[in-house]
Amino acid sequence: MKKLILALCLVFAPSWVLAGAGGGCGELPVCDKAPVDLRNKESLQHGAQLYLSYCSGCHSAKYLRYERMAQDLDIEPKLVEKYMMFAADKIGDPIDPKVNQKDQAKWFGNAPPDLSLETRFRSPDWVYTYLLNFYPDDKRPWGVNNRVFKDVGMPHVLDPLEQQLGPEEFEAAVGDLVNFMTYMAEPSRVTRENMGVWVLLFLALLMVPVYLLNKEFWKDVK
Amino acid sequence: MANIGKSLMGWVDARFPATETYEYHMSKYYAPKNFNFWYFFGVLSMIVLVNQLVTGIWLTMSYNPSGEGAFDSIEYIMRDVEYGWLLRYMHSTGASAFFVVVYLHMFRGLLYGSYKKPRELVWLFGMAIYLALMAEGFFGYLLPWGNMSYWGAQVILNLAGAVPVVGEELVTWVRGDYLISGITLNRFFALHVVAIPLVLVALVFMHLVALHHVGSNNPDGVDIKKVKDENGIPLDGVPFHPYYTVHDLVGILVFLAAFSAVLFFFPDGGGYFLERPNFEPANPLKTPEHIAPVWYYTPYYAILRAVPSKLGGVIAMGAAIAILFVLPWLDKSPVKSMRYKGTQSKIWLGLFVVSFIGLGYLGAVPSDPVKTVISQILTIIYFLFFLLMPFYTSMETVKAVPDRVTGGAH
Amino acid sequence: MSTDGVNVDRRRLLIGATAAMGAVGVAAAAVPFVKSWNPSAKAKAAGASVKADISQLEVGQRAVFEWRGKPVWVVRRTPQMLADLPKNDAELKDPTSSEEGQQPEYARNAVRSIKPEFLILTGICTHLGCSPLFRPEVAAADLGADWRGGFFCPCHGSRFDMAGRVYNNVPAPTNLVVPPHMYESDAIVIIGEEKA
Repeated sequence: MKKLILALCLVFAPSWVLAGAGGGCGELPVCDKAPVDLRNKESLQHGAQLYLSYCSGCHSAKYLRYERMAQDLDIEPKLVEKYMMFAADKIGDPIDPKVNQKDQAKWFGNAPPDLSLETRFRSPDWVYTYLLNFYPDDKRPWGVNNRVFKDVGMPHVLDPLEQQLGPEEFEAAVGDLVNFMTYMAEPSRVTRENMGVWVLLFLALLMVPVYLLNKEFWKDVK
Repeated sequence: MANIGKSLMGWVDARFPATETYEYHMSKYYAPKNFNFWYFFGVLSMIVLVNQLVTGIWLTMSYNPSGEGAFDSIEYIMRDVEYGWLLRYMHSTGASAFFVVVYLHMFRGLLYGSYKKPRELVWLFGMAIYLALMAEGFFGYLLPWGNMSYWGAQVILNLAGAVPVVGEELVTWVRGDYLISGITLNRFFALHVVAIPLVLVALVFMHLVALHHVGSNNPDGVDIKKVKDENGIPLDGVPFHPYYTVHDLVGILVFLAAFSAVLFFFPDGGGYFLERPNFEPANPLKTPEHIAPVWYYTPYYAILRAVPSKLGGVIAMGAAIAILFVLPWLDKSPVKSMRYKGTQSKIWLGLFVVSFIGLGYLGAVPSDPVKTVISQILTIIYFLFFLLMPFYTSMETVKAVPDRVTGGAH
Repeated sequence: MSTDGVNVDRRRLLIGATAAMGAVGVAAAAVPFVKSWNPSAKAKAAGASVKADISQLEVGQRAVFEWRGKPVWVVRRTPQMLADLPKNDAELKDPTSSEEGQQPEYARNAVRSIKPEFLILTGICTHLGCSPLFRPEVAAADLGADWRGGFFCPCHGSRFDMAGRVYNNVPAPTNLVVPPHMYESDAIVIIGEEKA
């Protein structure tokens, strides 16, 4: 019995270890840790505003519907419709400005990718560090380069925000933005974790009669 | 009430061997009383199979098997379908769980000589299941149409190109197109959802019938049918139902707890169950930084890469799987169980485990000259475990096997 | 193996407890499978309410909108049409709209609508589902001298009056359905939503 538990722990331990597996971060040795907290609704709301103001002009987020975002982030649907829906007609629609990808490829070298899954593709830490590591570079078309993504085609879109806020506030804002993007990559994550607690509790409870039942029957066997 | 039940069963039994079959396989199937931890993994495999079938069917209700729509449909399932995320994670976690459980199940066979006479056919059906399972995973992995799906399929399909003369044509024939496309996706979908599941279910059925025909082995490798009571019932046997049904329930619950812990808290499996590059759609123009097969294929992938020639690598990889089939005929030991085999068998089994795990790690990471040499050494050890077996099993000193099983009182 | 001295009661209790808790677990596990069949967010978005602009609708005309795959008619009735409605009562199967389910409470009146001027109906015959034709012309040649305007279904000949009420002696059993709706303004009616 103990061996079974130990073995199963060992079997799944690699995933716990690997959950934190990292590597280099572009030119930087390691990515900064993004302050992800999917239960902080204020942060998510702020991040949503930032995303819709600065990012969704070029980057679609076509797998997230406005209505879902309103529900999960506790934003009044009427407010979403009035202040946040630049890229759709109905609140059930996805965040998809439907910019012409061919044109974008011409302007930027590569069409700006859809960002719905970006933090799952790269990792929240990568996106966070990326947004905080633009630096001036005359040789680039937009005058900026990036320490995490060398020769990236993206301009430093958040520059006006960075100028407006101090360095600490800007970091916090980017943190909120990445928090929102992490939510966007998997909206059901908090639900999933909450459900997991109940499932494990139930299984632990069910183990009581099951274990006793097994012991009881095996009394017959000498 | 009980009488209505009895007469109903009587009606059925006169027309269909219901009670007879139940007794043969459950209430009068006498299994050795000393099953240990390693004996859980058969029933756990069946549980995972049922999970894959049921969640798979449900996913098929919302999945779109076209090049244009597949990736989108996965996100549709994850976000728009009620509880779709749960169905998806049950299926993806189940796929990895299947291989964990099957590898442990197979290892039990190695430990206790479960493949030896008269159970060679049980082993052969099991190996066929393993092959079918690997194919099922390969076809299934293309379906999300992510970038790793695409490039993983690209690499593995190109292996068929190593076949002399007809290689390229063979690859085109499997793909149905000049490149991996929606056409390939659609046919892999049919194979993954219908063809191989049917094959798997049939093989599992045969596997169990073959097993029950001769009876189960046990950790001591003792034949319990040799010592029976006055009613012909093995002294060391217990009816599968109720003793092993309740016993397996415990194991099943522990498994479900581990499975749920992964599913609900780290379904990505640290990037090994759901791989990062697969969160981008398939892109024929953009290769992921590092292509690796899913973790459960990595030992064979390491063997493939260890051999410098393409055809040689394919042959070595095939041989590594094929050699498992003939295991019953390589093991010349007079005893079944590792408990009574000699030191050499134990050392070689240990070396095999080390090589399998080592190759598994090496197959998952990018290669370099040093790692290639280590892969080559481990590949040799892997094969030697099998190739030397006829010798060390017949030459070593074994211990005396008792007439009755040891242990069993829970 | 021995089964003497077996505590049968304890076994029954444990089996019962396991079975009961197990049944709860199975039921809970079944929930996602059942619920996943509900309309998805995509279906709900596509089936969301429709804002119908009726500002350009002329008197005596009908506009057609689509909601959840069905045609929804908005007819701007003339005063004559409204005046003629009570005259049909004797020839109708359900003149007072007593049948549940064919209209919301706010349309259970003599004119079967919120605003008498605007009739809003789901354009699907209650017989077998064809979409009836709009026949506002009084005493049309093919419909007879007594025809006071309404809807005629070409599939099996069912007739409905200018409030969507079904006539006697036709195959359709019930009045045409009035869908849920509300007025956002004089120009816009939202089909598929009701006032809270």
